[in-house]
Amino acid sequence: MIELLPTEKYEPVIGLEVHAQLKTNTKIFCSCSTGYPAPPNSNVCPVCLGHPGVLPVLNESAVEFAIKLGIALNSRVNLRSIFARKNYFYPDLPKGYQISQFSLPVVGEGELEITLEDGTKKKIGVTRAHLEEDAGKSIHDRGDSTLVDLNRSGVPLLEIVSHPDIRSGAEAASYLRTLRQILLYLDICDGNMEEGSLRCDANISVRLRGETRFGTKTEVKNMNSFKNVEKAINFEIARQIDLLEEGREVVQQTLLWNADKGTASPMRSKEDSHDYRYFPDPDLPPLEISNEWFEKIKSEMPELPARKVERYTNEFGLPPYDAGVLTQQPETSRYFEEAAGFTSARKELSNLIMTEVLKVANEKKISLAEFAIEPKRLAKLVDLITSGVISGKIAKDVFAIMLSDESEPEEIVKREGLSQISDSDELEKIITSILNDNPAQVAEYLAGKEKILGFFVGQVMKQTKGKANPATVNSLLLSLLKRSSG
Amino acid sequence: MSVTIDDVKYIAKLSMLKFEEEELTSFTQEFNKILEYMDQLNELDLTDVAPLYHPIETGKGQLRKDEVKDSLPIEKTFLNAPAESEQHFSVPKVIKEK
Ligand SMILES: [Zn+2]
Repeated sequence: MIELLPTEKYEPVIGLEVHAQLKTNTKIFCSCSTGYPAPPNSNVCPVCLGHPGVLPVLNESAVEFAIKLGIALNSRVNLRSIFARKNYFYPDLPKGYQISQFSLPVVGEGELEITLEDGTKKKIGVTRAHLEEDAGKSIHDRGDSTLVDLNRSGVPLLEIVSHPDIRSGAEAASYLRTLRQILLYLDICDGNMEEGSLRCDANISVRLRGETRFGTKTEVKNMNSFKNVEKAINFEIARQIDLLEEGREVVQQTLLWNADKGTASPMRSKEDSHDYRYFPDPDLPPLEISNEWFEKIKSEMPELPARKVERYTNEFGLPPYDAGVLTQQPETSRYFEEAAGFTSARKELSNLIMTEVLKVANEKKISLAEFAIEPKRLAKLVDLITSGVISGKIAKDVFAIMLSDESEPEEIVKREGLSQISDSDELEKIITSILNDNPAQVAEYLAGKEKILGFFVGQVMKQTKGKANPATVNSLLLSLLKRSSG
Repeated sequence: MSVTIDDVKYIAKLSMLKFEEEELTSFTQEFNKILEYMDQLNELDLTDVAPLYHPIETGKGQLRKDEVKDSLPIEKTFLNAPAESEQHFSVPKVIKEK
């Protein structure tokens, strides 16, 4: 019998709970601003402070955003859903309960397709997505007191719960990246994990392969980057396998990930009973979404990244890699598509965006919406390459000039004398003199060392300051060398 | 359906309430009376009746336009708060693992 490694014996089972802070102007149940940053407790009112006798009134945009996500995940959107109270005590929850949704959430069963490391696709089920309010923020390092800022109290959240379909830390990170990308394209969440506008908790268990029942699960919290989600989940999988291999049991508990130490340790909490005694909130009648409203939102849905990748590869003939890079961020695809409207050389355009535009934008940490070279000017630069006026190499120099010069690329090429030399007579003269000056290399070439051709190309480029048309240089070199052998 | 005195103690604990032993006993009796009353529902055939989540089932819930209105001026924010510090609500320290 073959002895299996412990990691091969067990199958990890992971489900994610993602909290997305919605990009509304106001809170979910009151008209206070969600603006951030703001001085502590400056965006509060009797409703979000939980004063007695106040009534919550639901924010239309929060509902609209939830419907959009539901459509994007191919989910069943419940045209009638119910708000419920989730009861627990914590100082940053002023009412003593959080308004959430329990038995009938606004978004029901759906799915999200992710791409695994080897390029294969996998569908991860999404159990539900429900609307709820965020809690405030506590500061604990102030002597004998805990200080509470309630600016965040009542900010709308969508909690998106996956099926336990995820099998590794890498799959979890991929799910989260894909979900974040959709939230950004829908423009309903800013997706900033470091600042907590996108948060992720993981339910993790392991079981022997072939086993259909679930093992005892733990919940891991406090993973505030994609990298940490992957690390923390892999850490917890390994910890559980070690326990089982030693003949011990996994204890159901909540663990906090510590990114600095690279470990997860149990959360010490007085009330970890998770007995939230949900019941329908009498202050909020059922949320009814009219068919009309639903259809209107559906008709206004933006094109999502998966569909864009399809279109870029099928219609524009781009490689899947390019399509992936260009659709990573909504602003990148917006920039690309606008430029693609002005040139038919999509692959050259894609190259220039991937190698130059994104590099400069990342270095300078600027958004493509305010990039110095507008899409139309970039398209003109691409056309100068494809029409043979300049080489790809010279294009990079022109690009650098365009960053601080509003002139059209043609003007820059003319002004700086950067036009490509395609004139065969002129190039032939240059090449002949180079061959005459380097008889040793010519001999090597003729003796069969064809790699030395690169040396001659380099010499030509040096003499013409990179302006020689590479294709013309190549064919001229080959025929002139052939002639010198004869 | 009925509850025991332990159920009542558990609910009191979750609600952060403390009661004397005799209060707990009388609560247990009162809770059970209410539950018995509710049990009458079981005598009815409710097969085709949808669950009622809210007494007002007819009118749709009002939705609010996503427009910012003034929040409380800071001098009013803490009027009902037991303690304030650094423009924050100040409460007894909550023990929490760092
Ligand atoms: Zn408010």
